[in-house]
Amino acid sequence: MKDIAIVAFSQSDCLAQAGVANEVELIMPQLRAVYDQVGINNAQDVDFVCSGSCDYLQGAAFAFVAGVDALGAVPPIKESHVEMDAAWALFESIMKIRMDQADSALIYGFSKSSPGELPIVLSQQLDPYYLAPLWVDYISLNAMQARLMLEQGVISERDMAEVVARSRNNALANPHALLKGEQTADDILAEETYLSPLRRSDCSPISDGASAMIICTPEKAREWGVPYALITGIDHRMETHNLGMRDLTDSVSTRKAAEAAGVAGGSIDIAELYAPFSHQEIILSRALGLDDNTKVNLSGGVLAGNLMMASGLSRIGEVFNRIVAGEAQRGVAHATSGACLQHNMVTVLEAV
Amino acid sequence: MSEQSEMITDIEAPVYLQYNFTAGRAPSKFLSRLKQGELTGQRCPQCANVYIPPRGSCPACGVPTEEEVLLSDKATVQSFTIVAIPIPNNPIEPPYVVANLVADGANISFIHLLSDCVNEEVHIGQRVQAVWKPEEEWDYAMDNIRYFKPLDEPDVPVDRIGSVPYEGLPESWEE
Repeated sequence: MKDIAIVAFSQSDCLAQAGVANEVELIMPQLRAVYDQVGINNAQDVDFVCSGSCDYLQGAAFAFVAGVDALGAVPPIKESHVEMDAAWALFESIMKIRMDQADSALIYGFSKSSPGELPIVLSQQLDPYYLAPLWVDYISLNAMQARLMLEQGVISERDMAEVVARSRNNALANPHALLKGEQTADDILAEETYLSPLRRSDCSPISDGASAMIICTPEKAREWGVPYALITGIDHRMETHNLGMRDLTDSVSTRKAAEAAGVAGGSIDIAELYAPFSHQEIILSRALGLDDNTKVNLSGGVLAGNLMMASGLSRIGEVFNRIVAGEAQRGVAHATSGACLQHNMVTVLEAV
Repeated sequence: MSEQSEMITDIEAPVYLQYNFTAGRAPSKFLSRLKQGELTGQRCPQCANVYIPPRGSCPACGVPTEEEVLLSDKATVQSFTIVAIPIPNNPIEPPYVVANLVADGANISFIHLLSDCVNEEVHIGQRVQAVWKPEEEWDYAMDNIRYFKPLDEPDVPVDRIGSVPYEGLPESWEE
């Protein structure tokens, strides 16, 4: 099977509100940044383009098509889209390269989730017959998951607060983070409850922005003459939409994806986990079998800023950045979608 | 089991979601000028095409567009159709003409209505001009222009549609 190299990544600031800017205006600076990193002009210079976005977030049908205006698609290019996080657009692009239909691919994810009421908008991704008509909001579902873990004694509120405090402190070094600060677990525990048992700080903030990545074969990376990291394993698994049938205190799908991606095949220096709620970082660390030797969410993770439909791709990009900077040899990136970590992707990256 | 349950063919699950929609930086500028009775576009720094309405990018080149260009409210018919059947919820009485128009100074067409004309005489290359609503009714909307009506000017040759300058028809077309 063809090896896959990541050669470029860029992410925008996580903005609480991108103001008047439209999606194209959010995407273009990130595309320019990744073109510049490999020294190409535009999307004509890669073999395949795939994006991830969700029209429900901006509330405009076919909003993703407008994203193509950012590409320079004359003459026509090979282009595709997933109505998912762009981590899955990466997955599709890897398939494309492995099927010998491309040697390089541009991937981008974007959203403005500030225009709508995100927790309510996300209720529409639930099963349409039973749950979606109830309008159960996204935060409530995840709060129930946290409650279950607390009641079973598998985590404590202090464990959750420590996740948040670490995110806030790590995010101090992340110029794109929205929430950062020298906070302690005690500071977090002193906050009032929002949707019990969650405090506001346990929830990732609503953010607008975009991220982009370029992948290719190692041969192409050497031709471009740029540093790269290899994707040595990638897998994704999904659990039932019936929350009552799942063990919400565990992430079976992450565990299985990690096995298939070969996470246990070596030591893991760093991990970037897409945990929209603090308790989920603990579930994921356990499902991935991470121990104290792995530094988790050095970027601050998505508690510091959560670009819907781009955050999953950004987790992979964050690991890539640290590997090419020589800060890590081997890392794991995780992406998620759906309520209470329903759908999970695990990617293993290694230095060349 | 012999008992047959009733076949359920639909359930009602209405979706109501509220958004604070924003048009984008470039479209917002366009709409603000439109409220003042002006049509504007943006020029691509690479291929020099002028887009109306502008979206902040040249979709052909994939580069941001920033230069704002004032456009004439005179235009040329690039294509058209005569709508003969009523369209549900459309208040306009058929038959009427929908046209692709290229404003003088722009290179890319936009869609608007043609009226005050003999429908059967509408043709590609025909010169038209905007008929605006009274100024006090202007809003951030394309229907500040009620429709376009024919101008008494020579036709634009088909291969010149999309290259009429802001000043209007040239005395002669450059080779």
